[in-house]
Amino acid sequence: MKVPVSWMEEYVSGRFSQEDVAERMVMSGSNIEAQERFGTNVTGVVIGKVLEVWPHPDSDHLVVCRVDVTRGAERTAHGAIDELVAAEAAAATRGERGEREVLQIVTGAPNVSAGDFVPVAVHGAALPGGVTIKKGKLRGEVSEGMICSAQELGFDDKVVPMHCKDGIWTLPKEFRADKYIGTDALDALGLRFASVIDFEITPNRPDCLSIYGMAREYAAVYDRPLEPIEVLAREDASLAGAGQTAEDFVKVQIAKPELCPRYIARVATDVVIEDSPWWMQQRLMLAGMRPINNIVDITNYVMLELGHPIHAFDITEIAGGEILVDTAAAGEKFTTLDGTERTLDADTLLIKDGRRGVAIAGVMGGLNSEITDATTTILIEAACFTAAGIRRTSKKLGLRTEASSRYEKGVPAELAQTASDRVCQLIQLTGAGKVLPGAADCYPAPQAKTTIMARAGRINAVLGTGISADDMAALLRRLEMGVEVKGEQLLVTPPAVRIDLKEEIDLSEEVARLYGYDKLPASLHADSVSSGVSKSWFVRGILREVLTGAGLSEIATYSFVSPEGVALIGAQNDPKKTDFVRLLNPLGEENSVMRTTLLPNMLEVLARNFNRGNEEAFLFEIGNTFHATSNNELPSERLSLCAAWYLRGGGADFFLLKGVLEKAFARLGLGAPALVPTDDLPTWHPGRCAAVAEYGVIGELHPDVSARYGIEERVVAFELDFDALAEAAVTAREYSPLPKFPAAPRDIALIVDEDVTAGRLEAVIREKGGRTLESVALFDIYRGKQVPEGKKSLAFSLTFRAKDRTLTDEEVNKTQARIVKALESETGAALRDA
Amino acid sequence: MGVGMKKPDEILAEARGALEQAQDAQAVEDVRIRYLGKKGELTALLRSMGEIAPEERKAFGQAVNTAKDALETLLQERKEAFASAGRSAQLAAERIDVTEPSRTVPAGARHMITQTIDEIAGIFMSMGYSVTEGPEVETVFFNFDALNAAPDHPSRDMSDTFYISDDILLRTQTSPVQVRTLLAQAPPVKVISPGRCFRTDTPDATHSPMFHQVEGLLVDEGVTMGDLKGTLDAFAKRMFGADVKTKFRPHFFPFTEPSAEVDVSCFLCGGEDPSCRVCHGSGWIEILGCGMVHPNVLKVADIDTERYTGFAFGVGVERTAMLKHGIDDIRLFYENDVRFIGQFY
Repeated sequence: MKVPVSWMEEYVSGRFSQEDVAERMVMSGSNIEAQERFGTNVTGVVIGKVLEVWPHPDSDHLVVCRVDVTRGAERTAHGAIDELVAAEAAAATRGERGEREVLQIVTGAPNVSAGDFVPVAVHGAALPGGVTIKKGKLRGEVSEGMICSAQELGFDDKVVPMHCKDGIWTLPKEFRADKYIGTDALDALGLRFASVIDFEITPNRPDCLSIYGMAREYAAVYDRPLEPIEVLAREDASLAGAGQTAEDFVKVQIAKPELCPRYIARVATDVVIEDSPWWMQQRLMLAGMRPINNIVDITNYVMLELGHPIHAFDITEIAGGEILVDTAAAGEKFTTLDGTERTLDADTLLIKDGRRGVAIAGVMGGLNSEITDATTTILIEAACFTAAGIRRTSKKLGLRTEASSRYEKGVPAELAQTASDRVCQLIQLTGAGKVLPGAADCYPAPQAKTTIMARAGRINAVLGTGISADDMAALLRRLEMGVEVKGEQLLVTPPAVRIDLKEEIDLSEEVARLYGYDKLPASLHADSVSSGVSKSWFVRGILREVLTGAGLSEIATYSFVSPEGVALIGAQNDPKKTDFVRLLNPLGEENSVMRTTLLPNMLEVLARNFNRGNEEAFLFEIGNTFHATSNNELPSERLSLCAAWYLRGGGADFFLLKGVLEKAFARLGLGAPALVPTDDLPTWHPGRCAAVAEYGVIGELHPDVSARYGIEERVVAFELDFDALAEAAVTAREYSPLPKFPAAPRDIALIVDEDVTAGRLEAVIREKGGRTLESVALFDIYRGKQVPEGKKSLAFSLTFRAKDRTLTDEEVNKTQARIVKALESETGAALRDA
Repeated sequence: MGVGMKKPDEILAEARGALEQAQDAQAVEDVRIRYLGKKGELTALLRSMGEIAPEERKAFGQAVNTAKDALETLLQERKEAFASAGRSAQLAAERIDVTEPSRTVPAGARHMITQTIDEIAGIFMSMGYSVTEGPEVETVFFNFDALNAAPDHPSRDMSDTFYISDDILLRTQTSPVQVRTLLAQAPPVKVISPGRCFRTDTPDATHSPMFHQVEGLLVDEGVTMGDLKGTLDAFAKRMFGADVKTKFRPHFFPFTEPSAEVDVSCFLCGGEDPSCRVCHGSGWIEILGCGMVHPNVLKVADIDTERYTGFAFGVGVERTAMLKHGIDDIRLFYENDVRFIGQFY
């Protein structure tokens, strides 16, 4: 909400520095998005009068002007313009410099004509954005300055009056007088240092979407009285004797009071459509609104001032002077005043006259009844439409206007009368027309005032303060609330516009923010609650420690992904990866489903690092995967652990990643992971892949998959069900006594067929080794001389030990023989002679 | 005393001379054998005691022993000197260039978001808060209705929130965990809840459709807004530095009342630098939103609002990390370039 400070200050006595205002408004809850002071760095812009305009001899779109910028003192010494021009020309031909200052300026503005009063940036002038104006030549013609547009002086394009939006600023009628020539334009226009604060209005405070609402806050903060709004009541004495009343012109009927609790129509005759006075235009422009004409400007002015939308109809277009507030017929066509034909539904609230729709209630007026230059009698609508209805219609039509955005936040019925009377007062004040006495005011069920009972003790208990009931009452009264104190109870009647105040807790906030949040005493709540974490959280911490210690870095990727990813990893036929949870309104197809696996994201990250020339990426992520459940239930969310690695030069090695996996399992107390070779998963290299017990898969990616991601290196990876790991994890550790008796080491070398796995051999050794076999380690794998083709030699180091005695050679030999025998019979292994 | 027999001090002098000539440890050992060995000259003198007149025997014995002790000391000194020189030579030969590159498996780094969450969680855990978590895909009920959001609150729009169906969405805040926790557990409730949140923002330097928050909730008897101030002030001091100050500004959230936004005084420039990258010269940085839990939220969990009060707060994780570490683009967190991640090892 852009608030010109001088406008807000009109309702509050006392002037304060802008810094102080900003600080105190923020600390009382009106946060500030931006602050500006108009024309801070603008100098050398004066009002000039265009004397002559002629075409540029060497350009189709440029013109040359002579512009008088002579200051007042010199001006009075001279006579009429024609003489001046003649004298000036004569002086110029004689090579003399005249006393008067008449500049030749080249401009491309299409809207310049002799007689216009315009802002002129003279030689050396400074404009917003650090622009400096210098004399020069434009296509061979001397140009001694620049005629400025409103935008060049600092106004936003959207607030500049239409007639000078695409050209120079032809100044309003108030400044079309010779006495202004040569004077500083910004000073004359009252814009110099005009201060505007853009307040951030929270959704609970629609009352603050108005200058008067902000003035109420301002008055409360400074504890000053809030000046009343000047209005022209329907029964005002000055209106007597008009002969006619509003009721002679208009009848109002509300068919849908649940959508329109109140509708007030007032009438003004003898309207002359023209520009509104500069003071009004200036405020509108500073507040971010474009001046149109006097009647439209007054309705906008009141909307900005009070936060109540107003609509004006040309009454000659209201058939029979009858206003009926009713819903549209389904499929009804209606052309709004922006010229667009819209199709309405049966829930759209429509303002109708005797035969047709004339406005979409609270959203936009109709083309058929808009104010034109020929309008002489107007109907001024100040109506209350319910928030939900307007929001619905606005959404349905995709049409959001200044009016609808206010209605959809809530406009109280009580405010309609003030707004309507204020419009009439401004019409009378500016001479835009003659206001008739009386009003057609349809208000079937007047709303009762809200009264809130609050307990001072309770408010103090929430705030941690000891403010007396009387002091609280005083704070609340600063916000125009009626307060009755009964002991420690407060009976509070908020102003009608404060629709956010409903119960005691709402008042605790009002008390707190006026008392000052900074004055609330800081304390720490005393309790004996101690902290804890879930096992899952704890295990995540452990895993991060293990994995980063092993050289992996952690990544974080989006939870929503492209469904394509699952196909890219070749898992499009895996039902556990295609049970997608889909977004209704994704940012794009690439973020349209919740991820069912972390691997596609991981590979995208690997590819990004690869493409950026990074030597290596060795990464992991712990994050949720999502799986659809039955209709309209929350999906199942499971944490997954994914790791992957590429190293340029083909260095990403399966066994190193397997080592990481083993480290993690060991740290989680899960023993060595059982790897089962797996060759039927399209994601993975069929010869380099294993299932990791029931937890997931480890392997090298299928080269087709890494190729799809553009990673021209071997990639090894694993993805595991983290939730299952966390559940199984044993994080407690129990001491086992250090061995007291010596170990007996034995090495055995076996020759086996290529397809006999190391894991199979180890399993047999362990099974037959019995209780005295302490450890088994594969220490050599050999193929080549002395080993037949199609076979390999594996050498294991076995350690035997008993807890209670020193093992004899005989005992160990016996066990070893049993192991070798089993290896021979079960795996076809042959003992290799040492 | 026999004729021709050398006196102990003569032998000592001789031995001293021989030791001075010795070039290495072996030569020293030779000297020892020659004078103190089984057949050494001083050993021989001791053996010859019997030949000495009884009245001279004592004095002679003393002289021999004195010479022997002196020689032993000399021998030891020379031996150590040679050993020490030998070790020095060996060490010199083993000199390495310590500025050569190290050999190590570089450790990986936890993601900046995890580190920041852990830091925030650690601070609150030290104040007795437990960590609890909620689902990323949430119901409209927990994300909005139960949090007192008006049925027409703009944040419910599809232009702000990702929906799965009319009733299910991607949570826009971690606050739904407040209600889940209150339904699961009777007061006192003292939890924080870190996690992912989603809003329909197109990614740019300061916006991300996915981001992280840490929610906090304390509900107990006698919890006041003063407690909220004290708690968050303590948090800010530990997170951003013991010298920082906090400022509580009134604000609006549907599920708290009174509500506040908290600014922390600029920990980088203290408001001194008009071009400060953190505060842009204002001296203050917004770090979180908070407030007293709205009675309507407590009522959802059937909590006696006359007996219990509470406060809640939400800290933006990315924002906190960006402020603390000078990160100027939120997208860096999700690009996962190893050159970015590795900076926070």
